[in-house]
Amino acid sequence: MTRLAINRLKERRPDAAAIDRFLARHEAPIVEGDRCTFLWRGEADEVFLVQRIVGLPERLPLRKLWGTDLWYLVLELPPGSRINYQVEVRRGEHFERGNDPLNPKLSYSPVGTSSVCFAHGYVPPDWTEPDPDARPGELTELVLQSRALRRDCSVTLYLPARFRPTAAYPLLVVHDGGDFLQYAAAKTVLDNLIHRLDVAETVVAFVNPHDRLAEYANSAAHARFLTRELVPRLEAELPLVGQRSGRCLLGSSFGAVASLATAYRAPDVYGSLVLMSGSFVFTDIGGADHGGGPVFDPVVRFVNRYRQRPRRVADRLFLSCGVYEPLITYNRSVLHTFESTGMTVRFVETRDGHNWENWRDSLRDALSWVYPGPQKLVYE
Amino acid sequence: MKIVVLGPQRRPTLDSVVRNLDLDDGPVAVVTAGWQEREPDDAELDALVGGRGVNLSLHARWQDVLVKDPEYAAAELEHRAALRELQELYLVQIDGTLRALREVGRYGGSRAEIREAARADTEAAVRLVDERHLARVREARAEFEARWHPGERLAAAGHRAEVRQVLDAAAALVVAGGHVGVLLHVLRLFAVGAAPAVIAWSAGAMALTERVLLFHDRAPHGPAHAEFLDSGLGWIRGCVLLPHARRRLRTDDTARMAELAGRAAPARCVVLDDGLRLDLGEGGALPPGVRTIGPDGRIGDAA
Repeated sequence: MTRLAINRLKERRPDAAAIDRFLARHEAPIVEGDRCTFLWRGEADEVFLVQRIVGLPERLPLRKLWGTDLWYLVLELPPGSRINYQVEVRRGEHFERGNDPLNPKLSYSPVGTSSVCFAHGYVPPDWTEPDPDARPGELTELVLQSRALRRDCSVTLYLPARFRPTAAYPLLVVHDGGDFLQYAAAKTVLDNLIHRLDVAETVVAFVNPHDRLAEYANSAAHARFLTRELVPRLEAELPLVGQRSGRCLLGSSFGAVASLATAYRAPDVYGSLVLMSGSFVFTDIGGADHGGGPVFDPVVRFVNRYRQRPRRVADRLFLSCGVYEPLITYNRSVLHTFESTGMTVRFVETRDGHNWENWRDSLRDALSWVYPGPQKLVYE
Repeated sequence: MKIVVLGPQRRPTLDSVVRNLDLDDGPVAVVTAGWQEREPDDAELDALVGGRGVNLSLHARWQDVLVKDPEYAAAELEHRAALRELQELYLVQIDGTLRALREVGRYGGSRAEIREAARADTEAAVRLVDERHLARVREARAEFEARWHPGERLAAAGHRAEVRQVLDAAAALVVAGGHVGVLLHVLRLFAVGAAPAVIAWSAGAMALTERVLLFHDRAPHGPAHAEFLDSGLGWIRGCVLLPHARRRLRTDDTARMAELAGRAAPARCVVLDDGLRLDLGEGGALPPGVRTIGPDGRIGDAA
């Protein structure tokens, strides 16, 4: 087996110039087979890799290469993994945490950015990149005066290329719509997947929250907005299927809770749900501290209640979660709750964390399952 | 009527076939409706038929009918939604019966004759689900046509007459591939009849058979069950056509291929490879030497 680059460097007892050359030659982290070498350079008392991978300590110490100011950590990562991390540096009593200055790759999540490491075998799917052959759909802005939410709600509508008023399109409602468009390349993904016939031509409503932690945490007002205001208006104005089989709610994290809670209140309205990395935190023993803070209280109450009395809220349910997310345990557990209601459930685990790229990469699996494209019907 | 079935036209062979057929004078009626919105992009195809092509523009005519006759358009939308639901329920049924068939095939036990009897019964159940589905689709279509008489409505009738006029003078009819559901629908809606010679490939050829079987093992979720969509026009008999079979099917999975052949029986599953040419006999019968999937799931020459 080939020795790791960091070990070869170590043996040479490098000086500052050699380290300069080493860093210029390698992309950080250095990925060699299933081992990834994380690097940091500078004076410090301690340096840590900080991540939230289930099963690993949150802070992993880097070691200093003797006689230099280069710090390193070798971590074994399964093929195809993508992990988010930051670097924490201690100088005396002072701690500083931030993204890896040696790694330009950033990942986005609802709580900000972090550095990202692509392990061996992870390649961003080609359908997430713009394809000049794919005819682009159209984005239009819509503002609804919502009585339920007592505010104006901005909605970005996606109409597929070749949109025709004489057809009937299924509807997909996406929570955190602006973020899905910005960080999960949702428009590019839709254009490509529809072009490749993986996904049916679909009208998509990207909705945006005002205060997502309140509106997405089992809010009756949010559910009323979607079910009694948004969906009826879109079905009145656009050529939509207009039946439960043609209505789907999608959300990630708190957005997944919002999707489930909305369908829970209107079990006859939505045919499908896509729940990505759902924040389905529960406490099986009443009163136990769930660790999520007060914003999770209504979520925990809702999920506890749902687990006690599960019911069918849609026909088909796509559930996905990253195996490195702390939420994986909750999602694996709630899977059986969903299945027990008779819903058809597809559960996909990814080697990824709680971030937009994970949800972007899951879109093909999710959408082609919920609204399969006409691939089977086309023989050129 | 002479019918020629071609393999997929990624590397066109149509031009040499047209030259070779020694067609009568007259235009060559062309159907590219399977390409849907790209229907008018037929310049290359027209060159292949020697510049004699007259596109029947069936997709454009269909869209025109939908715009001009909103009452019919609404009814057709509802009809298509009902057919989609029928297809979804059929998929649920076929999923159950095919799983049962595979479980029976895997069952160990010590009495082969008992297992074989169970397998034969389960195969019969699969065939029953396929046959009943096709019957339900036919019934739904017949009811729709009896109620709405789509071809006789004002907007469609004019188009039908124009299509008939072109076909009456045509030396040949060429049907290209694309979306087989759209092709079937517009061929029926505008009552496209035969010409002295008919050349078709991919979805265009599938639409001319007795039963249309959909298949795709390379979908994002992996192999899905093959499913019958509808009856075709029935100009080609005794076979189920599989264009792009080697690209779209896991042909090395002989158990799966044998299952497919069993479902198509007594018709034969014909593999339409690139470059293939089949000159059909009287009544659309298959010529000898055609490549089919045998009962053992292997591709070979039909006896």
